[in-house]
Amino acid sequence: MSLAQALPLLILASSLLPGLVIFVLPERSRGARTTLNIGGAVVKLGLVIWMVGQSVQGVHYEFRASLLPGLDMVVRSSALGLFFVGLSALLWLVTTVYAIGYLEDSPHRSRFFGFFSICVTATAGAALAGNLLTFLAFYELLTLATYPLVVHRGTDEARHAGRVYLAYTIGGGALVTIGTFWLYSITGTLEFEPGGIVAPFVDGRARVLSAIFVLLVAGIGVKAALVPLHGWLPTAMIAPAPVSALLHAVAVVKVGAFGLIRVIFSTYGIEVATGLGLAQGLAVVAAITILFGSLRALAQTNLKRLLAYSTVSQLSYIALGVSLGVPVAAAGGIVHLVHQGLMKITLFFVAGNLAETLGIHEIRDMRGVGRRMPWTMAAFTLCAFGMIGTPPMAGFVTKWYLGVGAIEAGASWVVWVLVASSLLNAAYFLPILRIVWFDDPRGDWPQERNFGGAETSLMLLLPTLFTAAAALAVGLFASLPYSPLEWARLIATRQYAP
Amino acid sequence: MTISVLYALVGVALFCISLYSVIVGPDPLRKVLAINVMSSGVFLVLVSLARRAPGPGPDPVPHAMVITGIVVAVSATALAIVLIQRLHTAGAPTAAEDPGDDS
Amino acid sequence: MSAADPGAWLVWLVMSPLIAAILVFLVPRIAFGIACANALCTTALALAVLDRVAEGPVRYALGGWGAPLGIDLYADPLTGVMLVGASFVLLATTFYAPGYLAQARIDALYWPLVLILQAALNALFLAADIFNIYVTLELLGLSAVGLVALADRTRAIAAALRYLLASLVASLAYLLGVAILYHSHGVLDLVALADSATGTPATWAALGLMTTGLAIKGALFPMHFWLPGAHSYAPAPVSALLSALVVKAPFYVLLRLWLGPFFDAPPEVGDLLGVLGVAAIIWGSVQALRQDRLKLLIAYSTVAQIGFLFLFFPLVKAHTIVQGITLLMLAHALAKAAMFLAAGNIIHYLGHDRIHDLHRVAKELPLTLAAFGIGGVCIIGLPPSGNFIAKWLLIEAAFDSGEWGWAVVVVTGSLLSAAYVFRVIGHAFTLDDVPEAGNRVARPMVWTAFLLSLVALTLGLFAAPLLEVISMPVAGTADAMGIFP
Repeated sequence: MSLAQALPLLILASSLLPGLVIFVLPERSRGARTTLNIGGAVVKLGLVIWMVGQSVQGVHYEFRASLLPGLDMVVRSSALGLFFVGLSALLWLVTTVYAIGYLEDSPHRSRFFGFFSICVTATAGAALAGNLLTFLAFYELLTLATYPLVVHRGTDEARHAGRVYLAYTIGGGALVTIGTFWLYSITGTLEFEPGGIVAPFVDGRARVLSAIFVLLVAGIGVKAALVPLHGWLPTAMIAPAPVSALLHAVAVVKVGAFGLIRVIFSTYGIEVATGLGLAQGLAVVAAITILFGSLRALAQTNLKRLLAYSTVSQLSYIALGVSLGVPVAAAGGIVHLVHQGLMKITLFFVAGNLAETLGIHEIRDMRGVGRRMPWTMAAFTLCAFGMIGTPPMAGFVTKWYLGVGAIEAGASWVVWVLVASSLLNAAYFLPILRIVWFDDPRGDWPQERNFGGAETSLMLLLPTLFTAAAALAVGLFASLPYSPLEWARLIATRQYAP
Repeated sequence: MTISVLYALVGVALFCISLYSVIVGPDPLRKVLAINVMSSGVFLVLVSLARRAPGPGPDPVPHAMVITGIVVAVSATALAIVLIQRLHTAGAPTAAEDPGDDS
Repeated sequence: MSAADPGAWLVWLVMSPLIAAILVFLVPRIAFGIACANALCTTALALAVLDRVAEGPVRYALGGWGAPLGIDLYADPLTGVMLVGASFVLLATTFYAPGYLAQARIDALYWPLVLILQAALNALFLAADIFNIYVTLELLGLSAVGLVALADRTRAIAAALRYLLASLVASLAYLLGVAILYHSHGVLDLVALADSATGTPATWAALGLMTTGLAIKGALFPMHFWLPGAHSYAPAPVSALLSALVVKAPFYVLLRLWLGPFFDAPPEVGDLLGVLGVAAIIWGSVQALRQDRLKLLIAYSTVAQIGFLFLFFPLVKAHTIVQGITLLMLAHALAKAAMFLAAGNIIHYLGHDRIHDLHRVAKELPLTLAAFGIGGVCIIGLPPSGNFIAKWLLIEAAFDSGEWGWAVVVVTGSLLSAAYVFRVIGHAFTLDDVPEAGNRVARPMVWTAFLLSLVALTLGLFAAPLLEVISMPVAGTADAMGIFP
C-alpha cells in the first residue's frame, strides 16, 4: 500500500486506535489516557497539515475498498474534505484538552473518551468520504458514537435525551439510505464529483430526482438541524459541556451541514439543483430555520439551550449560502463551517466554565460574573459580537459574503433575513452582555469551586481563549492568502467552473 | 381406481385426521399418538405409491424411505415420551406453558 | 480417496463430528479437547470446500453406489458459505461452552449432542436429494430438542416438548411432500428435480406441504410459537446455535427447493410468504420491545429477522436475491450468536437477565455489553456489517423486480430493530448506584462473544469475494436451467 493510499487511513486511525485502547484502560490511569488523547489529536492534526501541504502541490490521496460489485468505500483528499477535516482535527485537539479538565473527577472517563475518539474518527471519515455511500456509513457511525456521549451522565433526563436523539438520527439515517439507494439505481454511481453526477440523467426524471433530493436533504437535515428536524438539539443539551461543544461545533451538526454541501455540489451539482428548483427550496427552508432558531433563542432562560437554538439558526447560514447559486454566497456558506465552529465552540466552552466553576446554568445567575471571570467572559463577549455580525469578527465576514452573494443572485429577500437575524442575535446576546458586565452579582454563586488564584482551571480557560482568539483572527485576517475565507472561495469557484 | 390409489387416499385421510388430533388434543401423550398415526399415514402413501411404479416389481426406493421413516418415528416417540415423563415427575401440568409468563 | 480429493472433505465434514461424538461418550474427561480438535478440523475443511467450489460444484457418491438408492453428497457455492458460517459459530460456542457448563451444572450430554447436531447440520447442507434432507432434518431436530431440554428446568422441558411436537408434525408434512414429488417426477435428486420441473398439480401440492413443513421448522409467523420458549430457556451456547444455525437449516432447504423445482411457483404463493415475513418482522419486533428478559428479547428478534429471510419468496426471480439472502443468513448467524453468548455472560454474572438491571454489569462486563451492542448494531443493519450489504442487495432485488414495497419493508424492519436494540443499550448506560458483585465470568466466554461480534461487524468489508463466489451459478437452481442470462 503506497503512502497515497495509506495517508487517509492513517488520519482515521490516529483517532480510532487511541480510542480503542482507551476503552480498555482502567479508570485510574489518567496519565495514559491523557497521553493517548492528546497524542492522537496532535498526530491527527499533523497528518492533516501534511496532507494539505502536499495536496496544494498537486499530490492526490485516495483509498478504495470494494464493498459490492460497482460500489466502493473510498476516502480521499479533496479541497472541501480537507477544509472540514482540518477544522475538526484542530477543534478536536482543543476540545480534548477542555474535556480532560472538565471531566476531572467524573466516572466513566475511559468510556467517554473512547466514544469521543470514535466520534472524531467518524467525522474525519465523513469529511474525507469520496462517495455518498462512504459518507452514509460514517454518518451512521457518528450517530452510534455520539449516543453514549449524550447519555453519559446516566440520569433519566440523559437517557430521555438519548432516546430523542436516536429517534431523530436513526430516522434521518433511514431516509438517507433510501435516497442513496434510489439515486444509485438511477445513476449507477455515487461518487462525489465537482458538478455532480446527476446531470446526464435529468431528462424525464425531474420528479424522481426531486423526491430523492428531498429524502437526502431531510435525512441529512436532521443532523444539520433544519427546521422542523431540529428537535433533538436542544434536548441533547443535557450532555456534559465538552459533548455540547463537540456536537455543536465540530462533529454532528457540522457533518450534517457538510453533507448538505456535498449533496448540492458534489452529487447533484449546483446547476441541476437550481434548475430543478431544489436549491431555491432549500434556501427557503434555511431562511425559515435561521429566523425560527433566533426567535426561539429569545425565549430561553437556560444558557445552553439558548446557545442550542442559536446553533440551529447559525447553521442554516451554511445551507443558505450554498443554495443561492453564486460563488460568493457559496464561499460565505462554506467558510461559515469554520467561523461558526470557532465562535460556537467558544461560547459552549464558556457555558461549561460557568457551570463547572460557579454552578451557573441559568442566564439570570450570570449577573456580574464578568468581574469574577473576566477572561472567560471576554471570550464570550468577542464571540457574541461575532454571532451578531459585527466586524472584525468572523461572523461579520460570513454575513457580508452571504449578503453580497444574495444580491448578486437576485435574491434580495435574503438580505432582509440576514439583517433580521443579526437584530435577533443582538436582542438575545446584548442583554446577557449587559448583565454580565454591568450588573452586580445577586449573592453567592450557586456552587463555587476554587482554583487557587486563577478564575478557573487552566485546562478550561486556555482552550476558550484560544478559540476566541482564532475566531477573531480568521475575521481580522480573512483576506490573507491562507485564511479559511480564501480557501472557501477557492472551493466555491471550483464548483462553478465547468 | 386401483387398490394402490385407494390405499394412498386412506393414508392421506389418516394424515389429516391425526393432524387435527395433534392440534386439538388435550394432552401431550395423545399428541404423540396422533403423530404416530400421521406417520403411518405417510408411510401408507409411500408404500402404495411404490406399488404403482412401472415394471414388474414394486419400486424399492419408497420402501427404503418408509423403513428409515419408521426408525426416525420410533426414536422421536421415545424422546417425546421421556420429556413427557420428566414433566410429569416434576409435577408440572403437562401442557407446555406460554413463554410469556414467567416470574 | 486421497486427502486432496474434495469428495473426501465432504465425507469428513460429516464424519468428523460423528466420530468426535462417539469419542466424547467413551472418554468424557477430554471432551473439550476432542470438541476443539473437531471444531478446528471442520472449520479448515469448510474453508477448503468453499475455496474448491468456487471453481464448480462437487458431487460425491457415498460408497460408490450413486443415486437413487445410494446417498450423494453435493457441494456448490451456497453449500460452501453455509458450511463456513456453521463451522465458525460452532467454533465460537466450543470455546465458550466450558466456562458456561461449569457453572450451569449441565450434564455431560452437552458435547455429544452438540457434535451430533453439527454432523446433522453439515449433512443437511451437503445433502443432494430431498429424502436425505428429511433424515438430516429429523436428526437436527432431535439433537436440538435434546439440547434445549438440557437446562433441566420445567420451563425448558416444556419448551423442548413443544418444539419437538411442532418439529415432528412439520417433518411429516415435508415427508408427504417428498412422497408426492417422487411419485410425480420419479427422482429424488435436487439437481434432477430442478431440471425436470413441471407445473403439475402434484408439484404444487408438494410445494404447499413442504413449504408449510419447513416454515414451521423455520419459525415463520404464525408458526413461530415454539421458538421464543425454546431459544430463551435453553442454555446460552445452545440458544446461540439454535438461533444462528438450526433455524436457518429449514430455510436453506426452502432456498434449494424454490430455486429448483418450485422456481415457477405462482407469484401469489411468493407474495403470501412475503406478507407473512412482513408480519413476522412487525410482530417479532413489537414483542421484543415488550420483553423484560434479555434472552426472550433476543429470541423475538430472531422471529423478526427470519421474517426478513422470507422476503426471498416474492423476489425469487430477482438477480441479486440469492447473494443477499445468503449473506443475510451468514451475517445474522454471526451477530445473533454473539448476542446470545453475551446474554449468557450476563446471566452467568448476575444470575438473571432482567433488562432493567443491566446497568449493574456495565462496569464489570464492558466487553460483554460491547459484544451485545455490536451484535445489535449488525442486526439493525448499519455499515460496515454484513447485514448492511445483505439488506442493500435485498433492496436492489426489490427495485429490480419493480416491487419497491419490499424495500420499504426492509428499511422499516431495520428501524424497528433499532428500537429494541437501543432500548437494551440505553439501560446499560443508566447511572449505576452500586455495581453488583457477581460470579466471575471466564475469559474465553467474554472474548468469544466479543470477537464473534467483531467478525459480524466487519463482515461487510470482506463480503466482496464471498459475494463473487455465491454469484457463480448455483447448480440445481434456475441458473442451471438458463433462466438467468
